[in-house]
Amino acid sequence: MAENVWILGIHMTKFGKHPDKDTVDLASEAALGALSDAGVSMKDMGILAAGNLMAANAGIGQQLQKQIGQTGIPVYNVANACATGATALRTAVMAVKAGEVDYGLAVGVEKLAGAGLLGAGGRTASEGHKWDPKGRYGAVAPLDGRVGTETMPGVFAQIGMEYGHKYGGTSFELFAKISEKNHAHSTLNPLAAYTKRMTLEEIMNDVMIAYPNTRPMCSANCDGAAAAVVVSDSKLKTLSAEQRRRAVKVAASVLTTDPWEEACQVLPNVNSLTRNAARQAYESAGIGPEDLNLVELHDCFATAELVHYDNLMLCEEGGAADFFNSGASWRDGKTPVNVSGGLQSKGHPIAATGIANIWEVCTHLRGEAGPRQIEGAKVGLAHVIGLGSACGVHILEKAA
Amino acid sequence: MPKSDAPTASGRQVPLVDYLILGSDPHLEASECTQCQARFFDRRNACASCSGTEFKRVRLANDGTVRAFTIVTFAAPGVPVPFVSSVVDCDGTSVRANLINVDPTPEKLSTGMRVRLTTYSLGTDDDGVDAIGFGYEPV
Repeated sequence: MAENVWILGIHMTKFGKHPDKDTVDLASEAALGALSDAGVSMKDMGILAAGNLMAANAGIGQQLQKQIGQTGIPVYNVANACATGATALRTAVMAVKAGEVDYGLAVGVEKLAGAGLLGAGGRTASEGHKWDPKGRYGAVAPLDGRVGTETMPGVFAQIGMEYGHKYGGTSFELFAKISEKNHAHSTLNPLAAYTKRMTLEEIMNDVMIAYPNTRPMCSANCDGAAAAVVVSDSKLKTLSAEQRRRAVKVAASVLTTDPWEEACQVLPNVNSLTRNAARQAYESAGIGPEDLNLVELHDCFATAELVHYDNLMLCEEGGAADFFNSGASWRDGKTPVNVSGGLQSKGHPIAATGIANIWEVCTHLRGEAGPRQIEGAKVGLAHVIGLGSACGVHILEKAA
Repeated sequence: MPKSDAPTASGRQVPLVDYLILGSDPHLEASECTQCQARFFDRRNACASCSGTEFKRVRLANDGTVRAFTIVTFAAPGVPVPFVSSVVDCDGTSVRANLINVDPTPEKLSTGMRVRLTTYSLGTDDDGVDAIGFGYEPV
């Protein structure tokens, strides 16, 4: 039987604007914070997995090593869309599970403050001079805006609208109410990029980006980093009582991609791969959705949060609108979702997000979440999805 | 891939994408895997569903139902807004396209609405070639 794996230390920077810090500064802050939290050092690490998306060819892992400790260990630079952080963590988890190392360090970092629309390619300068077929579609001009949209707000808007078309019960107001919840939750999170409570009217009357997502219903581009130290079960047994008490069990670590389905190449399907990841994670952990004390899911847009209630099986299939309307996902509800404020207010420094979601869950399981603590939290789930698509689901369990 | 730069009274035409077939009866065509019937619009190396490598061209229905839409009001530089992006179900084959010839407002749009393929000119290039785009309009 493969080793159990534990998160021994974890850290996230404040999310927001960090004009005076570069990517390596932020990654260092998160990595050193996680090592310190774990009570170990770079010398103990057997593997480093580093995630960064916007400069994926820059070798962030080696750059980080050169700042905090060049010990000669294997470095994996990972990039997997918005699932980059979860992929980095999973890389370290796999190395421990395989018995290759006792300790692994996973880091995710991104500088995104001031970035514009992600996924938007813009127009080529040569347009209009000659209609010249190019690429896999033989297109004579860029397709974004002419053959639907390629930008994230529009893609996820359609995903939410499609859910409403299939199951009913959705409206512009319902999606805005999801955002109202997350902005309300953010007021208790000092590490969130935005901590301003917003009324439903403010949210609905804000700038429309892609109907039905207004600006506050979209994830906030910002800077940030998060890191985690993982340790094998056998090594953990040799550590101090305090380290063992604060360790959080990785009860499931799953990564999926989308299986073929009709339409998946027309509108990315974020549903099946999330459902598959959740199913595998619940089976692997021996834990069901009803056992979860909190969930951090990938609310890159308000429309996305709704479909993931369903995909993560927090409700019965087709029941996401009823689930939300019952108050279940508010912090005092049956299954609190995004008590951190979610990507809409905490922010979304892409490669950091996957580990930051895990940081939030771990912090509650350790009873260290201060005023936003979910009392008695024992089990939580962290989810991220990146278009293309990749989905990471981790289930975390408080030490017995 | 069929080419459709057919001569017209005003000169030559070229479709926005290979899978738009022009002429007197404009329509879309897909590549269909002969093994599992999965359909694709792009040039294929193999089938994403079954890894088969044999494909045939099939014609899509021109009528469809809107399964999802969004009104994009904030886009990349140079992309005119607002526009309506949608996924249209054409007899079981999903197509990504703009909805055109309709007001881009939530009041005028709904999932489930019936639409039909239509074409329009994107303008001529320096050689006088007219590029033809497509979208769906309410029936």
